Amino acid sequence: MTHPENAAEFLKDAQKSKWHDETLWFVRDKRDKVSKGIPEWEQLRELASGIKDNVLANLASYLEEFERNATKNGIIVHWAADSEEHNRLVLEILQKQNCTAVVKSKSILTEECHLNPYLEKQGIEVVDTDLGERIVQFLNQPPSHIVLPAIHLKKSEISELFHEKLHTEKGNEDPVYLTQAARVHLREKFFGAKVAITGVNFGIAETGEFVVCTNEGNADMGVHLADVHIACMGIEKILPRRKDLAVFLRLLARSATGQPITNYNSHFRSPSPAKEIHIILVDNGRTAQLARDKFRSSLKCIRCGACMNTCPIYRRSGGFSYNSTVPGPIGSILSPGLDLKKHSSLPFASTLCGSCTDVCPVKINIHEQLYEWRQEVTKTQDDFAKGLSMKLANGIFKSPLAYKISGSLMRNALKSLPNSLIYHPLNVWGKNRNLPDPPKESFQQWYQKNRL
Amino acid sequence: MKANSPSVALFIPCYVDQFYPQVGIATLELLEKLGCTVTYPSGQTCCGQPLANAGYARDTVGTATHFIETFSDYDYVVCPSGSCTLHVKEHFPAIAGLAKEQEALEHKIFELVEFITDVLKIEQLEGKFPHRVSFHSSCHGQRGLHLSSGSELNQPPFNKARKLLENLEGLDWVELTRTDECCGFGGTFAVTEEALSIQMGKDRLADHLSHKTEIITGGDMSCIMHLQGITTRSKQEVKFLHLAEILNQALS
Amino acid sequence: MNSREKILSAIRSLTLEPKTLPDIPNFSNPGNLVERFTQSISDSKGEVMTKSEFEAWFSAAGFSKVISLSSRFSELATLSLPEDPHDLESLEVAILDGQFGVAENGAIWLEDTELGLRALPFATEHLVIVLDRKMLEDTMHQGYEKIAAAHSGFGLFLAGPSKTADIEQSLVIGAQGAKSLRVVLV
Repeated sequence: MTHPENAAEFLKDAQKSKWHDETLWFVRDKRDKVSKGIPEWEQLRELASGIKDNVLANLASYLEEFERNATKNGIIVHWAADSEEHNRLVLEILQKQNCTAVVKSKSILTEECHLNPYLEKQGIEVVDTDLGERIVQFLNQPPSHIVLPAIHLKKSEISELFHEKLHTEKGNEDPVYLTQAARVHLREKFFGAKVAITGVNFGIAETGEFVVCTNEGNADMGVHLADVHIACMGIEKILPRRKDLAVFLRLLARSATGQPITNYNSHFRSPSPAKEIHIILVDNGRTAQLARDKFRSSLKCIRCGACMNTCPIYRRSGGFSYNSTVPGPIGSILSPGLDLKKHSSLPFASTLCGSCTDVCPVKINIHEQLYEWRQEVTKTQDDFAKGLSMKLANGIFKSPLAYKISGSLMRNALKSLPNSLIYHPLNVWGKNRNLPDPPKESFQQWYQKNRL
Repeated sequence: MKANSPSVALFIPCYVDQFYPQVGIATLELLEKLGCTVTYPSGQTCCGQPLANAGYARDTVGTATHFIETFSDYDYVVCPSGSCTLHVKEHFPAIAGLAKEQEALEHKIFELVEFITDVLKIEQLEGKFPHRVSFHSSCHGQRGLHLSSGSELNQPPFNKARKLLENLEGLDWVELTRTDECCGFGGTFAVTEEALSIQMGKDRLADHLSHKTEIITGGDMSCIMHLQGITTRSKQEVKFLHLAEILNQALS
Repeated sequence: MNSREKILSAIRSLTLEPKTLPDIPNFSNPGNLVERFTQSISDSKGEVMTKSEFEAWFSAAGFSKVISLSSRFSELATLSLPEDPHDLESLEVAILDGQFGVAENGAIWLEDTELGLRALPFATEHLVIVLDRKMLEDTMHQGYEKIAAAHSGFGLFLAGPSKTADIEQSLVIGAQGAKSLRVVLV
């Protein structure tokens, strides 16, 4: 199904879609309030943008510096050209440990690589330990939002689910009760896991360390109890210097949830004695995006999700409507780079209002890139009829006479045709809206008559 | 502006020309009342935005060439639409052989409100308009042309249209809950993502109506056409006027 | 060519416009550091206490499984730090020293030396951090300046008790990590 079809479906449940819109607007509003408390907020965004521009312009040398320093500190560095190689490398590490059960904290990269089904096919149990991710895992769904994975679910649905999977009391919807049940369940998994997988928020070239940010503490509960920590990092997640973290940690949680900082910001430099830390640096289309002049800066993304919270379309259609690992505005400029045909409707799932660009902490010009992707889509996914009508339209607008004639034809047609024809189902505008009343003359005609 | 004042050309968006000539007339009369010598170049057609936004910017060369040539002889081009103005400034394809004229056009084209406040340097208008008025901040005008501050940004609040409206005698400025959310028109979006477009429009209207507005105004008839289309279908009681119409009425 | 070479040469094959790495100004905001820090911890659903408030709470609670690595409250420990973090499963209270705190967000910096075991502040049911009130910085910029030369294998900016809002955006304190955070400002 295309985005418009998914969106129409989502909106059929008027109550739920309204709640989804209001809940995410509430998160946007929290972000607004907290950002207005930082006088230098716009300067921070400019700095973050500049730092990431510098990273993308020097990516190879920063990656080498990161690898050098991480290796010196005892971290084992791997490189994966694509998602298959990433998954294989994870499996190899697990097999070396004779490990058949892992815990995993939030990593959109591992979603992108479809790591879970790959490992499960190899007989390895994967437990996603972020509460929201565990919930959608139980439901066999992907996360619908990169920061708030279960935002599309009501507590009644989660209560039903936990009753089935965790044997909680039927009908008990209390979030405290349900969270406590999940805590007990996940605690058992943490204490039994030999290998823990995490994502990476930032990798620091200068020091070879990497940072993982959570509110729940689930990443740390996994890695500090396990013997082996596997960290998965997109190659664009590099920062040059340790002090750059000040800028990014001040922006990240404020943009994402409206908190001044996440509860836990763990800096991994060396493994504990007798333990291992592996980091897998993943390309999977990122070097291809780096080569695209107009879309390169989409790689500055720090996965905060602010663009999703502010997008009037995302709020009213939900993450699943995009059919894309990363949904919403940023997903709509990243995913077409991976598969233009599959994601051709995404750049059009927008009114180009520009709100996303203004909340982006690294100042990606998201709405302008949506416009640019539209130009790319029509070059290769050209709907013949649409292309032809566009050429005709240009032909009309190029010629004043043709424009005048077609304009008055249209206005006269509207005046004389019966409503049943004008409001025919094929006329999509007229499904839920009236057309404007056709005036007796155009502005041009009035001007000619009265002013010349 | 007096004699020997700069020449102002009126750019009337194609759908305003065809469906809302009263907005064109109001714009013309308003600028004249403010002392401008205004011409309406008769060969104008369209800025090409619908084609470009649909992904066919490369097919708008003819439209853009015609536009640049039509408006090349004037000191200023004024348009009662933020969306069309922004498109001319930022999204015209580069036209070979007209580089100088194209650059000049980008600097001399203004949306109506910003022309009044920034070029004519008029801070306040004397007039009467005793009504409750709520303002729809069209996206391209706000985030593209910076006609007003964005709720997303940490910046001192400002609103050029509000400056002109709120000092009119009797005008009651209505505050909205979500001050600058998109109405859902979005050009071809209105048709390709119809369900979303309608929901967004209904939500905007609910916001305005919950604050008991009498008249919804804005700088872009495209947004108004969309919102008005919804209210006339659902028979909701609210009037719509373009900013040019309010200001022109108030000054008469 | 292995993947490393493939990736690096793909990047290097591109001619990209140079972009200067910006300098970061030393942003600083006015206001009393202790007040702002206390407010930040409170906003994060933690609690700042005086020494006597803490002692009153602790003795009233009657904990039986307590580890203290803090020089200040070592006498409160009932257990010594185990070798294996798995032995922390039923730990009720961990008392640690923090190196310094950041006023703008309540973040407290701890390293391997303060933590003993990296799992400790997460696995414990209740976490208490002892902080010298003179060791407060304004923003993260000053915070990172302080640890610019630090080489600990692990470091943590911790700013509150574990929490989640994943169930209908209702805030629940005590997700996977510690259920509470008390900061004793001395």
